[in-house]
Amino acid sequence: MSHADDHQGTRRDFIYYATAGAGAVVTGAAVWPLVNQMNPSADVLALASIRVDISVVDPGTQLTVLWQGKPVFIRARTEEEIAAARAVDLADLPDQNAENANAVAGADASDENRALSEDGVWLVQMGVCTHLGCVPLGEQGDFGGWFCPCHGSHYDTSGRIRKGPAPRNLPVPVASFVDATTIQLG
Amino acid sequence: MSGIPHDHYEPKSNFTKGVEARLPILGLLYTTIMAPTPKNLNWMWIWGIVLTFTLALQIITGIVLVMHYTPHVDMAFASVEHIMRDVNGGHMIRYFHMNGASLFFLAVYMHIFRGLYYGSYKAPREITWIIGMLIYLMMMGAGFMGYVLPWGQMSFHGTAVITGLFGAIPFIGESLQTWLLGAGAVGQPALNRFFSLHYLLPFIIAGLVIVHIWAFHNTGNNNPTGVEVRRGSVAEAKKDTLPFWPYFVIKDLFALAVILTVFMAVVGFMPNYLGHPDNYIPANALVTPAHIVPEWYFLPFYAILRAFTADVWVVQIVNLLSFGIIDAKFFGVLAMFGAIFVMALAPWLDTSSVRSGRFRPMFKWWFALLAVDFVVLMWVGAMPTDGIYPYISLLGATYWFAYFLIILPLLGVIEKPLPMPATIEDDFNAHYGPKAGGKTATPAE
Repeated sequence: MSHADDHQGTRRDFIYYATAGAGAVVTGAAVWPLVNQMNPSADVLALASIRVDISVVDPGTQLTVLWQGKPVFIRARTEEEIAAARAVDLADLPDQNAENANAVAGADASDENRALSEDGVWLVQMGVCTHLGCVPLGEQGDFGGWFCPCHGSHYDTSGRIRKGPAPRNLPVPVASFVDATTIQLG
Repeated sequence: MSGIPHDHYEPKSNFTKGVEARLPILGLLYTTIMAPTPKNLNWMWIWGIVLTFTLALQIITGIVLVMHYTPHVDMAFASVEHIMRDVNGGHMIRYFHMNGASLFFLAVYMHIFRGLYYGSYKAPREITWIIGMLIYLMMMGAGFMGYVLPWGQMSFHGTAVITGLFGAIPFIGESLQTWLLGAGAVGQPALNRFFSLHYLLPFIIAGLVIVHIWAFHNTGNNNPTGVEVRRGSVAEAKKDTLPFWPYFVIKDLFALAVILTVFMAVVGFMPNYLGHPDNYIPANALVTPAHIVPEWYFLPFYAILRAFTADVWVVQIVNLLSFGIIDAKFFGVLAMFGAIFVMALAPWLDTSSVRSGRFRPMFKWWFALLAVDFVVLMWVGAMPTDGIYPYISLLGATYWFAYFLIILPLLGVIEKPLPMPATIEDDFNAHYGPKAGGKTATPAE
């Protein structure tokens, strides 16, 4: 029978467990900083917001800016693109969620819930494929939206995943209009 | 050190006696160098030396490169160009290191498939096999992180893709990926830590290599017949073996010389043949290269990663059974790591009591198919993801798993092995002995 099962613990048992326990705590306390140092540092975490001048973006073109180390697509969509995005039956979408940081939680993936402006012209989204993080190419793929060359994910003109291995729609970051020709990210 | 009976080191001079009494290092070196080695080893038993040489080559050229390299996002690419253009002989040192990685993986794949064919993984060599698999995993880590350091387009977007694999793990994936990268995206923290780990891993590999060698010196080498060396006495063991030095050292060095001739030709005349031109474009977070493919040595497993898309019924069933936790993306990641894991489990999945494929008439064909499968997966891993290619990768990936999980366990039950030689000596004499008509080689002793 081991000491642990001994109903009447001795002082030696107590010292044994106390020492082992202290050892475990000290080891954990020593290892944790070594693990935690790999998490993002304060300067990386500092939330940066940037303002982007969109006066140069004509309908049917896209501006790609780097925000927090990642590309953001700012696209001025054409009438056809908006119409195509709004004609989609939501039941056909693999990801039913708007994935929009500006929309209410649980909003559906309708184009109205993803576009930044009411008229649907401005679509702002992360240029990071939700599969494994490549940068999708614009105006390509089976749905005329974006196509990720890495593993063949097709996004439609609303940036919603339609075909391929990516699980989610391209996320829409926190964004707002400062004035008619300036968008603030973050 | 060796489990095969052998002569022990006898210090002669007073000096060596004194050293041996204090630290038995001379005896250890003697038993290592003079290890009794089955005398029928064929040319597939040379890859260990090639691997040891390549590890040394990579460590030495790597240490030299670090003297000129700067692990900073703004300077890494320029410092590699500085090595290529300004550092004395820098371009050759870098080309050796770059192509050294390819030689390393070529040799390790030959070494692994040698083990798979001749049943080197079977009892009592399972621990040698497992340590080998760990070395292989670390090689893949080191190879991947080394590819990141030049900070070209492939480096950058390859990092995004590979760390994205960890992001696919349910619940903890995103935090894990952020922890690995030290940021929400690939950048300075990632480059800095990959540099640190790329420097560290080869030394861990070197340590594991010593344990790997220790393990198989203890069990003795396997050999093409899979028949064990007789261990009744030193005299009996000597009929089946020859000392590693000089017999196998000379043979291995000859093979190494031949392989290095080809290697030198590649380094000298086509140093970028195995690389991607895109990696000579500085990293740009805004544009992903049109064809992002990993280095050739990762392609078979990359093909398996891509094979399991959401329209494959296995993926759909698993997705349903796991209540959506395991989606296609995570399934692909599991399949990729699983492909290596089932290979590591080969000692327990193979039920045949016969070690060498030479005496397994059915196994031979399935094994050949596995080797072909590996090459096909390597080819299809570099192909686009449309047309017929996804079906080929799916077929290839399926066979890979079927071989280890179904064929290996079943064959041991249904296969009737061929007659085997009773001893290694018999096998040796049949092939190289004086009566083996036509063969000119004579026994060495």
